Amino acid sequence: MSAVSATPVRRPDTSSASWRLSDRLGLGLAWLLGLLFCAIAAAIVVYFLVEGIRYLRPSLLVTNPSAASSESQTGGFLDPLLGTLIIGTMAMAIAVPVGVGIAVWLTEFGRPTGLARVAESAVEMMAGEPSVVLALFGLTLFTLPALGFLSQSTHGVVLGQSFFAAAALLSLVGLPLVVASTREGLQAIPSHVREASYAVGKTKIATTRRVLLPAARPSILTGTMLGLGRVISDTAIVLLLLGGTLTFQAANSTPLLGLLRGTGDTLTGYIYYNAPTGDGNQPSKAYAAAFVLMLLVLALNLGVDLVLSRSRKAVTWK
Amino acid sequence: MNEDYFLEQDRDHEFLEGNRGLSQDQRAELGLGALVFVVVGLLVAMLAFVLHEAWPSFAHNGLGWFGGGGSVDQQVQAIFNSGEYKTAPVYTFHAWPLIWSTILITVGAVAIAFVSALFIAVFIVGFAPAGLRRILEPVVRLLASIPSVIYGLAGVLVIVPFIGNHVITQSEKASVTPVIQLSGASLLAAVLILTVMIAPIMIAVFADGLQAVPRGWLEGSLALGINEWRTFWKVAVRTARPVLVAGTVLATARALGEAIMVSMVSGGVPFAPNPIDGLIFFFEPSQPLAATIIRNTEGLSSPPMKHTLYAIAAVLLFSSAMLSIIGWAAKQPMRRYGVVS
Repeated sequence: MSAVSATPVRRPDTSSASWRLSDRLGLGLAWLLGLLFCAIAAAIVVYFLVEGIRYLRPSLLVTNPSAASSESQTGGFLDPLLGTLIIGTMAMAIAVPVGVGIAVWLTEFGRPTGLARVAESAVEMMAGEPSVVLALFGLTLFTLPALGFLSQSTHGVVLGQSFFAAAALLSLVGLPLVVASTREGLQAIPSHVREASYAVGKTKIATTRRVLLPAARPSILTGTMLGLGRVISDTAIVLLLLGGTLTFQAANSTPLLGLLRGTGDTLTGYIYYNAPTGDGNQPSKAYAAAFVLMLLVLALNLGVDLVLSRSRKAVTWK
Repeated sequence: MNEDYFLEQDRDHEFLEGNRGLSQDQRAELGLGALVFVVVGLLVAMLAFVLHEAWPSFAHNGLGWFGGGGSVDQQVQAIFNSGEYKTAPVYTFHAWPLIWSTILITVGAVAIAFVSALFIAVFIVGFAPAGLRRILEPVVRLLASIPSVIYGLAGVLVIVPFIGNHVITQSEKASVTPVIQLSGASLLAAVLILTVMIAPIMIAVFADGLQAVPRGWLEGSLALGINEWRTFWKVAVRTARPVLVAGTVLATARALGEAIMVSMVSGGVPFAPNPIDGLIFFFEPSQPLAATIIRNTEGLSSPPMKHTLYAIAAVLLFSSAMLSIIGWAAKQPMRRYGVVS
């Protein structure tokens, strides 16, 4: 939904009274479904905001989950919330440079053409890959003894679950969005901009770094936020590769590395655990966590809208 | 332009002069190419790896893997135990109930979502007043980005109890008690929620395609006195057909792989809903392929179980790979006549 044409096809002053019945029914159905769609979206958002406000207590944000039978003793979701932030940062720290690199190669270099075609469809395929399959692959990949240093091992058996493992696989989830958005941004820059840069003696890579990437910054930012949204919404990879252990279980006492090599949880994992189908089964906690997650997603969406509307207003290439 | 800018420019030239046979550009191209190669290689490795891990299960069952027979629950238990107690590995697995459930849920959701998404996309691009359109666009993006676990939570706390308490009658529940429990976690719930999840993906792709139809084509039709609705339907929608296919395929892939939400609302019973049951068919629980993996992750410690789960993953991987190839191929005609970049 990138470009919005200035005028809709339908002129507001015309009436559909003279149309055939089937056409009028069609238009009516389009209106109905359009409004229904808005209503469903509003219902979901409002429902979770209302339930969230009802159950969210400030104490939930600063206490850790603990396994207990009564609702007052199970604590909050500090660690899952931090886990979401950590895992989002780590995954995007991998996905953004790699994604921008791939996008630059695809638009600016793209030779041999065969590899470009393959890469293009590979990225598209990655976007369609079920995240359960990625998670299963990741679990076996990171239980390889050679990659044991990224997680913890007991008696020589590598566990394969850690922040590193989950972030690595989640970066593949975010990658296609970064690539697609960056490519779109680079393609929108007309070729005479590049030629102007070559004409003053810039090399291709200098042009890319100093002219094209700065110009495509809104697109890269959009892609990053879309990717981040996808990453923090994922549950399957978190359950399988992060362990879904509710609290951080550091691998050893080394300050940061021990934590990142250990297992943990994110908000999505916490919600899954506390849903009636999960082991925790405490819907009030799930609602509160869903509220926080929803706020994060809404904030990312607002960010995307802001960047898009600002870049639409920005100077266009003539 | 500040001083730093010129300094950096100088550094560019140093790079250029200090090369060893390769220019800076060539090195950058090689570096980026290598990066792309690694990512593609990773994907190929994943395909090979998953197929390799899945092989024992397929080799043992042959085409029977896709067939029916026996209870999936018992088979899974036997497979798991054989690995856990180090007895001779058992691989017998007939996945038909899971496949059937996947087909029903995916096809149901995609069919409903396709029709509604088409109308909504037409509405957004052609007929919505400007104000409503400004609302609809962010709404589409928002619905597409709500985490599936939140959809699942809404399903399991709102939709499932509603179906269980108000839609299914007591007599309907009693009529199937010997076979299965009707709690509301059902085909219907899974299809409804999945529809809401995938419709935004379709709408976004469809709207992009409809937007790209040249205005002149539409105006040509309008000038002939054809009304706006008919013009849009016959010219724009028809031109955008490749995009419709591409969007549908993309959404189908998403629906196929959706594990979390579906495992929460579809009942988690490997039961094959039977259309002969009449209305009850829609209320019957089931368990699709992706949800089966999520529900059996503890089984990964048992080698035969691990191979079986990988076999399920391989089926999903193969289907979604096929779908993305179809989607990519479907977009080509549109690209060729220059309507979509």
